Amino acid sequence: MREVAVIGIGMTEFGEIWHKSFRELVAEAGIKAIMDAGIEGEEIDAMYIGGMSTGRFVGQEHVGSLAVEVAGLEDLHIPSTRIEAACASGGVAMHHGYLAVASGLYDIVVVGGAEKMTDVVGGEATNILASAADREWEAFFGATFPGLYALMAKYHMHKYGTTPEQLAMVAVKNHYNGSLNPKAQFKRKISVEDVLNSPMVAEPLHLLDCSPITDGAAAVILAPLEMARKYTDKIVRIKASVQASDTIALHSRKSFDSLPAVQHAAKIAYEKAGIKPKDIDLAEVHDCFTIAEIIAIEDLGFVEKGKGGKATEEGLTALDGQIPVNTSGGLKAKGHPVGATGVAQINEIVLQLRGEANKRQIEDAKIGLAHNVGGSGGTAVIHILEVV
Amino acid sequence: MGVARYWREIPYRYNLIGKKCKVCNKVYFPPRSICPKCRRKSIGKMEDYMLNGKGTVESYTIIHVPPPEFEGESPYAIALIRMDEGCYLTGEIVDCELNEIHIGMRVEACFRRIQEDGKRGAIYYGYKFKKIE
Repeated sequence: MREVAVIGIGMTEFGEIWHKSFRELVAEAGIKAIMDAGIEGEEIDAMYIGGMSTGRFVGQEHVGSLAVEVAGLEDLHIPSTRIEAACASGGVAMHHGYLAVASGLYDIVVVGGAEKMTDVVGGEATNILASAADREWEAFFGATFPGLYALMAKYHMHKYGTTPEQLAMVAVKNHYNGSLNPKAQFKRKISVEDVLNSPMVAEPLHLLDCSPITDGAAAVILAPLEMARKYTDKIVRIKASVQASDTIALHSRKSFDSLPAVQHAAKIAYEKAGIKPKDIDLAEVHDCFTIAEIIAIEDLGFVEKGKGGKATEEGLTALDGQIPVNTSGGLKAKGHPVGATGVAQINEIVLQLRGEANKRQIEDAKIGLAHNVGGSGGTAVIHILEVV
Repeated sequence: MGVARYWREIPYRYNLIGKKCKVCNKVYFPPRSICPKCRRKSIGKMEDYMLNGKGTVESYTIIHVPPPEFEGESPYAIALIRMDEGCYLTGEIVDCELNEIHIGMRVEACFRRIQEDGKRGAIYYGYKFKKIE
């Protein structure tokens, strides 16, 4: 297997982007990444595009072909594949792009992710997102997607004494980070009281404990490490790319206060990278709900199981903390266009490792981790990146 | 939802019928065709098994923002329930005040209307749970 590097990144602004269509978002992110890498169309060997439910959000499947057309690459007949793994679609696309380059089959690969979620009305979006859960045995009986994370939150609070205030602090931190990110959907700071006074969605989760409905796209360009120098002198190497699975239904898991697929993927990723959790300088984690970030920092080994709430309260994961988490604002503030999220996380890590994150730059960031989750934990993808 | 899609799950949803692995005797609900512990050895040895309907609330939430099919039903309680046979499932808790619900509460299954396919479509039934007095 060859070593793989990220040689280009690009993403659109995230938010309610009424004036841009799905295909315009895909084109914008892809073009930005291609320009950033300085590659020619002829050099591209393959494309992998993450999209969770383009068929139901915009009535468009066959996104691989569409992406080739919007990029103007049809005469090259580049193989292009759409990948779906619910909210982990982007992370899984990244993993497959990595595999294609590492194996030696392809040299230059474009990995993208996109979702246009605001072309449907609110209730319909909720229903589409519920398809990430078990339709027959969870959603059928009235469980919503926030409801499943609420079940984990209640369990965690009961077992470890995690408080609603500690959950809220995740949102407060991520909104602060989002206020420093020009591409974030929410650039406003909020307080713990704002979160606790926002309408209840699924007890104990308030509206401001939940990530929003977002339009957006992101892309990265991958190349073999030995070729990367030709394109850039700010090379970011992929030290580990690991994907894992678990049951689609929460009730069939071995644990309700952790995501076993994440723990499994993290263990393998740390082994492959030859590092320990304490070596991570920053992480982008899948905070689709505030409880998800607390469980993530425990599952990733940053803190002991049960201590995630306390650690957040003590500032461990803040921008100036020991392990800054979600410097981009995370899914909570940057926004969560489901299929794009996993690729947008890689964008943020690369930006930080290159030292180009401006106001939210973490000093001397050398190693970053991205944690992308599908559904309530049925899919997990972890990437560890290091600046060369 | 198509009628056949609902109809084919009726035996399991009406009667709480899951599967028992005849190799290791572990009970599964919802029904599944392979025991994840015995895998190959369990093929053809997963038999229908009716749960006794009693269980304990392991976690719960009150849904305030419902999906379109449950419009007008909120707030309602959804729980993770550990059935006495050792398997877990997701279901609504009914017939009590929402603030009475707690982790560790004993519940039993009851047969109820779950949702309907619009004003003129099929009405879907299945299990919900109520407190054991």
